Amino acid sequence: MQQVLDHKGALCQDAKMPDLSDKELLRLFDTMLHVRVMDERMLRLQRQGRLGFYMTSLGEEATHLAVQPLTQEDCLFPSYRETGALFWRGLTNEDYINQLYGNRKDPIKGRQMPVHHSSKEKNIVSISSPVGTQIPQAVGAAMAGRKQGRAAMVFFGEGTSSTGSFHVGCNFAAVMKAPVVFICRNNGWAISVPKHKQTASETFAQKAIAYGMPGILVDGNDILAVVAAAQEAVAHAKAGKGPTLIELKTYRMGGHSSSDDPSVYRDEAEVTEWESADPVNRFHAYLKNKKLLTDDQETKMRDAHVKNITEAQNIADKEPPPEVETLFDDVFEEMPWHLKEQQAWLLQQKRTKSPHGH
Amino acid sequence: MVIATKTNEIAAWSLIVSPWKDEKATMPTMNIIQAVNDALHLEMKRNDKIIVLGEDVGKFGGVFRATSGLSETFGDDRVIDTPLSEEGIIGTAIGMALYGLRPVPEIQFSDFIFPAFDQIVNELAKFRYRSGGQYPCPVVIRTPYGGGIRGGHYHSQSPEALFIHTPGLKVITPSNPVDAKGLLLSAMRQNDPVIFLEPKRIYRASKGDVSKEDYTTPIGKAAIVQEGTDCTLITYGAMVSVALEAAQQTDVSIEVIDLRTLLPFDIETVIASVTKTNRAMVLHEAPKTCGFGAELIASIQERALDQLHAPILRVCGFDTPFPYTLEFEYLPNADRVLSCVHEIMEW
Repeated sequence: MQQVLDHKGALCQDAKMPDLSDKELLRLFDTMLHVRVMDERMLRLQRQGRLGFYMTSLGEEATHLAVQPLTQEDCLFPSYRETGALFWRGLTNEDYINQLYGNRKDPIKGRQMPVHHSSKEKNIVSISSPVGTQIPQAVGAAMAGRKQGRAAMVFFGEGTSSTGSFHVGCNFAAVMKAPVVFICRNNGWAISVPKHKQTASETFAQKAIAYGMPGILVDGNDILAVVAAAQEAVAHAKAGKGPTLIELKTYRMGGHSSSDDPSVYRDEAEVTEWESADPVNRFHAYLKNKKLLTDDQETKMRDAHVKNITEAQNIADKEPPPEVETLFDDVFEEMPWHLKEQQAWLLQQKRTKSPHGH
Repeated sequence: MVIATKTNEIAAWSLIVSPWKDEKATMPTMNIIQAVNDALHLEMKRNDKIIVLGEDVGKFGGVFRATSGLSETFGDDRVIDTPLSEEGIIGTAIGMALYGLRPVPEIQFSDFIFPAFDQIVNELAKFRYRSGGQYPCPVVIRTPYGGGIRGGHYHSQSPEALFIHTPGLKVITPSNPVDAKGLLLSAMRQNDPVIFLEPKRIYRASKGDVSKEDYTTPIGKAAIVQEGTDCTLITYGAMVSVALEAAQQTDVSIEVIDLRTLLPFDIETVIASVTKTNRAMVLHEAPKTCGFGAELIASIQERALDQLHAPILRVCGFDTPFPYTLEFEYLPNADRVLSCVHEIMEW
């Protein structure tokens, strides 16, 4: 397993360092903090009944930043647990929180459940709930951008490796030598199903061998190892050498979603064991040793996120739901007669108040 | 899976109707395959964003030859022989469309489309909507459909209702070469996903004088292929030739409507015709229950119940899996259409 930082944040011997400036190192740390603060706040909102649903990434923040080597033009196909990748791409707190609320300022017009963000402007492809569908799509996007020197990166959890989409995507990409990087975020649990019930393979990375592409197993709680592997894979893709499968071994410290209770199916001791591998603490120790970060600076970073998120949340709170007539927009480019007819009929009816408080 | 391309086709269509005969002198005769192929050649030349992908579509030119010659003309980058996975073909096509290309994937038989059903129903159809209009997904899926070629369950089905029932997809079914070319060109030039169902039973038997020029046939507009005054017969695809064959064999004046586009279908033409004839029936080879005929009938009675002198009847495929040996007992034919017409007239 590739590793750069040990659990105490010290450099491992002969580690493959990523190519990162001090400024980029701090930005990576800041983004991980951003995710952590956002998750704390939004989960609390959900528990207060002010959000319908939420998904946290506690312990997995480093995996999101596999996006670091991508340019803004490269294609990003996230799943629903890569908040850090979205922030790295420039998704604002306002857009992020308005989507969770599904309010009138939601960039996707209240069309999807929370954490299904999309921003064409920031080049973040729309997220879907059925797992794995984004994998062959990322291969197509990679093929579309190959001549322009673009690559694509697609994220999915280890449970998704059991789907046909995973197989199909890996096979198509390898056959076509598509410039795509597959990021398998192995957090140990697919809702309640542990890794050993998903696969009889020792690792997910080794599945790459059968497809005829490189597979790399990386410590997913080690931000420097994550970025180093991603940089290599993106360079490999852009050099016309085809896809890479990267398994980022991490651990889902929280529930699958706000609707989940992991205490029902897993031993708390397992969670405690992973605490020492916390990606934020490890990176923090490294940056402190390197004299790039002080406790005071970290507090300032955290406070700034709290402030910005609170402001965005206050705006989102006041925003009404989308206008009822927008229900019929964007099914097609132009609204056909049958939708116009249904829209006109709905507008004549008494408005219905959502029992969920939207 | 390759079925012999020499099929048990209906020859009647080309003999019965030739609405474009006045221009025959200047136009080559083409069958539906040739017309589809001509449209693909034309549009690929005109727009370098068009990509054809699918099983056997490259050097081989497709099992029905619809993509013949494209690979030689436009190269392997634009005419892609994919690994054998419909899910992969459509998933890849979606990714291409999101990033500026205009893929025209071929699904070898519509019976094989179901491994891609999730990609079509949950992804392709919803991308524009679920992204708040940010990500249109202009993919045109071409696929041969329908029975009458000795194909059994898995080379004969008519799955149109499943796609019509999926918000976000347009569904188009040409019945002849002229429309096949014009509708396919229209489909490739608009920005919504399209399921383009090609009636393989008449792929070669249906011939027409197809202009080599660039022309489009509008999406959403039906054609009245035979005017009549007594009863409206609404149909599409391979059943248009069956409808015309029946109409030739009776004194009842039947108005035959070829819908051409199933979603959004041309309600105005349908209602205008029913208002004129006061009687209607629907003909399709897909199973009867929850078939598209049910929607047509519901739409007509919502708007024109007071115009109707008789119930609207259906001649459809049966609610059984598509059979092999007894497929011509399963498929609607002119006799059954006429028996239905007489029932309506004698009401």
